[in-house]
Amino acid sequence: MKKYSLLLLVTFALIEINAQVTISGKVKDNKGKPVAGASVSLKDTYDGTVTDSTGHYIFTASEKGDFIFLVSNIGYKSFEQKVTVDSKSISIDAVIKEELSELKAVTVISGSFAAGDTKRAATVLTSLDVATVGGGNADITSAVRTLPGAQQIGEREGLFVRGGTGTETKQFIDGTLVNNPYFSNATDLGSRGRFSPFLFKGTVFSTGGYSALYGQALSSALILESIDLPERSAANLSVSPIILGGGFQDLSKDKKASWGVNYNYVNLVAYFNIVKQTPDYFTMPVFHSGDANFRIKTKNGIIKYYTTFSKSDMGLRRPDIDSLDLKDAFGLKNVNWYNNISWRENLGNRWKMNIGAGYSTNTDDINQQLQDQNNKQQFVSDKPWLQAKNFTLKNRQDLSQVKAVFEKRLFGISAIRFGGEYMYSVNDNNYNDTAKSKLIDNFQSLFAETDIYVTNDLAAKIGGRFEHSSILEKANFAPRISLAYKVGNGAQVSAAYGVFYQKPENQQLIYTKRLGYTKAIHYILTYQKTTNDRIFRTEVFYKKYYDLVKTNAITFNYATYNNGGSGYAKGIEFFWRDKKSIKNFDYWISYSYLDTKREFLNYPEQLFPDFAATHTASVVTKRFFMDIKTGFNLTYSYATGRPYYNFMYNGTGNKYVIADQGKTKDYHSVGFSMNYVPSIGKQNARLFWVLVASVTNVLGNNIVYGYNYSYNGMNKMPINPPAKRFYFIGVFFSWGVDRTEDAINNNL
Amino acid sequence: MKKIIAVIALLGTMCVNAQSDKYVQAMKANLAKFDSVKSTADYQALAATFERIGDAEKTQWLPYYYAGLALTTAGWLDQNMDKDANAEKVKSVCTKAEAIEKNAEILTIRNMAATQQMMVDPQSRWMSYGQEASGYLQKGMQIDPNNPRLYYLQAMSVFGTPEQFGGGKSKAKPIFEKAVSLFKTENPKPLYPHWGQKEAEAKLAECQ
Repeated sequence: MKKYSLLLLVTFALIEINAQVTISGKVKDNKGKPVAGASVSLKDTYDGTVTDSTGHYIFTASEKGDFIFLVSNIGYKSFEQKVTVDSKSISIDAVIKEELSELKAVTVISGSFAAGDTKRAATVLTSLDVATVGGGNADITSAVRTLPGAQQIGEREGLFVRGGTGTETKQFIDGTLVNNPYFSNATDLGSRGRFSPFLFKGTVFSTGGYSALYGQALSSALILESIDLPERSAANLSVSPIILGGGFQDLSKDKKASWGVNYNYVNLVAYFNIVKQTPDYFTMPVFHSGDANFRIKTKNGIIKYYTTFSKSDMGLRRPDIDSLDLKDAFGLKNVNWYNNISWRENLGNRWKMNIGAGYSTNTDDINQQLQDQNNKQQFVSDKPWLQAKNFTLKNRQDLSQVKAVFEKRLFGISAIRFGGEYMYSVNDNNYNDTAKSKLIDNFQSLFAETDIYVTNDLAAKIGGRFEHSSILEKANFAPRISLAYKVGNGAQVSAAYGVFYQKPENQQLIYTKRLGYTKAIHYILTYQKTTNDRIFRTEVFYKKYYDLVKTNAITFNYATYNNGGSGYAKGIEFFWRDKKSIKNFDYWISYSYLDTKREFLNYPEQLFPDFAATHTASVVTKRFFMDIKTGFNLTYSYATGRPYYNFMYNGTGNKYVIADQGKTKDYHSVGFSMNYVPSIGKQNARLFWVLVASVTNVLGNNIVYGYNYSYNGMNKMPINPPAKRFYFIGVFFSWGVDRTEDAINNNL
Repeated sequence: MKKIIAVIALLGTMCVNAQSDKYVQAMKANLAKFDSVKSTADYQALAATFERIGDAEKTQWLPYYYAGLALTTAGWLDQNMDKDANAEKVKSVCTKAEAIEKNAEILTIRNMAATQQMMVDPQSRWMSYGQEASGYLQKGMQIDPNNPRLYYLQAMSVFGTPEQFGGGKSKAKPIFEKAVSLFKTENPKPLYPHWGQKEAEAKLAECQ
């Protein structure tokens, strides 16, 4: 018996060795492409292999019996099939289906430049990129101007996008609208934004076709997402001949909450004494600004509050265009207070919530006088067009708002988002203490959009927005659709269509409330190819304007408005960014071609507007030299000349005529900045400091933005920047309390 | 009756032995392959083999660990590989390993994967993947303060960081020394990881 069993055992073992069964086949994905590197096995055995580059596999099974044949690969759904292994070779071809995944799935990028969040593929600019654009002076708007679609406008505030005016671009922080995103300034001087780029971790610059979550911007949206908790507690100090500032950020020990305060004092007295300005400043610009914040981590989200308060005073004199010996004296006092609170929470069960509320108030107190050579106020009652330059204007804008967005994840990674917002705005205007008006608007909107992922390669975003404004007593519905299709590794084609509405401006509503929404329709087609260090992107667009506000002249300085305007804009844009080709060298190039015409305000017919250039280009370069711990940033911006017009009231038929027109010379500007960072890389440094120096318009080109005309049209004066160049030098200190290095050292 | 019980018991132990024997043999055979494999595809195949062993065994973390080690080794050697995709795979085997046992060795694998992701674009990824990588080492040192590989990897990271960023040979040297001294006293169980000593000694020599 013993012998037999031994024999039996040996025979079995021999059979097992001799009759090893091979299993082979091919693995494809649901599109029929071979899948390389997929793991193939008999479940719960050691037997198996991986597929080769053609998707083929072959392996021998060392055991017999019933098994589950399993094919698995990251990013794919596993394939299982029952199989019986006896003595015959087995052939199994498997098809594995790609899983929808947020990392792999295409995201719709048509019309929008995402900046900030470095993990996303569509990232174009980080906060640091924004701060180090040569000549940009750490102003978000200036940095965004180096992207395609934006115009090189220096004499007015705002972003002028694709043939749109500055007011057609709106800014949003954590979802809610910002009413006065720029510091108040005198006419023809332009203005910088109120918010530092370092407040934000993400910036999306949409040049059109943006999401249904946002509205009231005909052309463009700048969507800013504030940072969450700071990395550590820190105190900071800024010292410069212009700015003195300090602040403190405290991060709680459990790293679940933080608070901070900052104060900045800007005084241009010393600077304007050294660098002569064309206007004669009788009140040197002085700004006080303070901000405060707190951020609290909740169970699955965060509550963030940010507030900023600023107060400024300035006054300047410029020669009067209608007379030889008179001057215009312009005084401006501004008070602005902005508050934003937001609560983002993951509610579980695939629900997310985003609630935001805000209150802001802005008061501009303008005192404009006609003065003689001794700076005495002059009254010229026989010349009403001159007398009209003596006035006071007090304007106060208040905006209170709430907005809620809910998101529910559906099947896969598809999602639906919906919500509503309510804005209560008051515009209080007092002209000369005689013409007073108060505009109150209750504005409501409801919106919904859905992200549909058909496969990882095809995604659609379909949304709609319903709005109602009590001041217009009108409602609108704006559909938005966009699609993205992946055409290769890192490459996608996307398209967007959307309808956009915007209320007329308050200055127009003061005169008449018998106005409706202005309207634009966008069509956008984009191709983008992204690798880790390079982005190439091109976009063609067509935008049609309807119901633009048109001025209906009654006298030379009095008019009403109607929705009789119209227009279009079309063009092609290119963007290329490369951080790879040259070591430590980073550059981007933008080019925009624009063809646009519009009839609006006092334009007598459809004309190429005076805030648009046919060709615009920017080259932004940055290089950091590690051995001297210094970065150098050089930016060159170019735009072809812009048209300018003198529209004169012809006295009859409520019409304006073109009395004169021309084209400015081309715009060239080179901006330079450098930053010396001695503490770079010292991870445990208590003190981190940066020396920043910058100059705009290095080459000193004579920049002409346009022309102003006298009342009779006989005198024409160029609009120039207040000084050829703007210089800045400053040192920024930060004392941090960071414990990570201690933790490592203690373990040594 | 007693005999039967004894036989059953004997059979039982034999089965267990056979089982673990099969495991040990397979592990040994495949561990030996670390010395012979060269191409990325070979390393991926080896990783897949270890993963199959892990999936079949269900209670052993070492196969998953070695699957991760094979993939990260390929990650160091192959400069053209998609490091993010590789790291995703590494993380999936580490997660499987940690479902069985959480330890410092698995964290060294996670550290290497994150470091490789960081090195794709150190300037912009330092903040995310660099922190993630050093976080694994710190966590590992809390669990197992005398694990030489943690110090070896930390020293490698300091060694590879430019001096201006707080790295360099002089900063790395004391950490390599600590790693080498810990390697000398290390007494790994059979099949347990024991790599790194030669590399640490060679790097320490470079720091002299």
